[in-house]
Amino acid sequence: MAAPRTRPLSPHLSIYKPTITMMMSIFHRLTGAALYVGTVLLALWLVTAATHPEAFATVQWFWGSILGRVILLGYTWALVHHALGGLRHFIWDMGAGLGPERMMLSRLTLIGSLAITLGLWILGYWVR
Amino acid sequence: MVELTLPKNSRVVEGKIWPKPQGAKRLTEFRIYRYDPDGENNPRVDTYYVDRDDCGPMVLDGIIWIKSKIDPTLTFRRSCREGICGSCAMNIDGLNTLACTKGMDDVAHPIRIHPLPHMPVIKDLVPDLTNFYAQHASIEPWLHTSTPAPEKEWKQSREDREKLDGLYECILCASCSTSCPSYWWNGDRYLGPATLLQAYRWLIDSRDEATGERLDRLEDPFRLYRCHTIMNCANTCPKGLNPAKAIAEIKKMMVERRV
Repeated sequence: MAAPRTRPLSPHLSIYKPTITMMMSIFHRLTGAALYVGTVLLALWLVTAATHPEAFATVQWFWGSILGRVILLGYTWALVHHALGGLRHFIWDMGAGLGPERMMLSRLTLIGSLAITLGLWILGYWVR
Repeated sequence: MVELTLPKNSRVVEGKIWPKPQGAKRLTEFRIYRYDPDGENNPRVDTYYVDRDDCGPMVLDGIIWIKSKIDPTLTFRRSCREGICGSCAMNIDGLNTLACTKGMDDVAHPIRIHPLPHMPVIKDLVPDLTNFYAQHASIEPWLHTSTPAPEKEWKQSREDREKLDGLYECILCASCSTSCPSYWWNGDRYLGPATLLQAYRWLIDSRDEATGERLDRLEDPFRLYRCHTIMNCANTCPKGLNPAKAIAEIKKMMVERRV
C-alpha cells in the first residue's frame, strides 16, 4: 500500500464571505501599520524644522505638492480610523457592544473616520 | 502563521459537470468541493443539478439527493438533520453553518459548498477535527469540585442556572472556530471560539470549584489572547450563540481577579 497522502488544507480566506466586523479588523491592522510610516514622515517634518531650514523648505514643498497632500490625507484617515477602532475595541474589551449592535459599531468606525477626516481637511483649508 | 494562499497540494481546480436530471422542471445548481484521498489529483469543484420537485428544502436535503441520485461517492457527515448533532457543519455560500438548517433558497445560487475552512480534509466535505476535539478536552469540560459530594445532587439557584443560557446550547459543530482568522493562523496554539465558550461555561458555573485553576490554564498569549474580536464566530454560529462575548467575559475575569 502506498504511503497516505498529505491531507490538503481546505480553502479559507479565498472563499469566506467578508463580514463587516472582519473587514474592520483587517483595516485596523492596516491603518495601524500605516501609522508607523506616517509617524516617520511627521518626525522628518519636525526634525528638519528644528535643525535645517533648507531641508525643512524641501519637506514643506513636498507636503504642499499633490502627492504630498494625498499622502497626508491618507495619514489623516489612517490616524482617525485607527483611533476610532481603538475606541471600539475598548468598548468590546469592557464586554459591551458585542451583540447585534457590533455591526453598527463597525460601520460607525468607517463612516465616522471618513466624516472626521473630511471635516478636518475642510477646517484646515478654511482656517489657512 | 498567516498564510494567505493555499499549499500546492490544496489548490482547487475546476472539476466535473454532472449531467442534469432528465425531465426536471426546477433545477438548482450546486458547486461542491471534492477531494479524493485515494487518487492523485488536487481538490476540485464539481457541478451538480438538483431536481427541486424531488427534493426537500434544505441544503442537506440537496446533497443527500445528489448522493442518492447522481453521485454516491460524494462524502459528508450528517446525522440528526435538525440542527442538534452538529455533524453537517460546512461552508455554504461563504459562511459556516449547518447544512440541515440552512434553506436552499436562503443562499445565493449556484450554491457553493466547501468543507469547514482551513482544516485538513479527509475526503470531500469531511474535515479532520482531531485537534478541535483535543482542544475541547484540554479545558476539562466537566464539573470540578473539592468539597465532598452531596447526597443527592449539586444544587444551583435559578439565577445561577440562567447564567449558563447561551452557552450550554453549543453543539460543538466547529463552525465558529473554523470561521475565525485567528484560529486559521494559530489553530495549533489558540484554543478558538468554541473551546473558549465551553471554558467560560464552566468558569461561571456556580457549582464548579476550580475557577482559579481554569483561569490559570487560560492565561496565555495564545490560548486566550489570540482573540482579536474579529467576531466571525458570533456572525456565523448556527445556534445564534456569541462566543466573542464569552471570550470577552473571560478576559474581564482575568483582569478582575488581579485587582
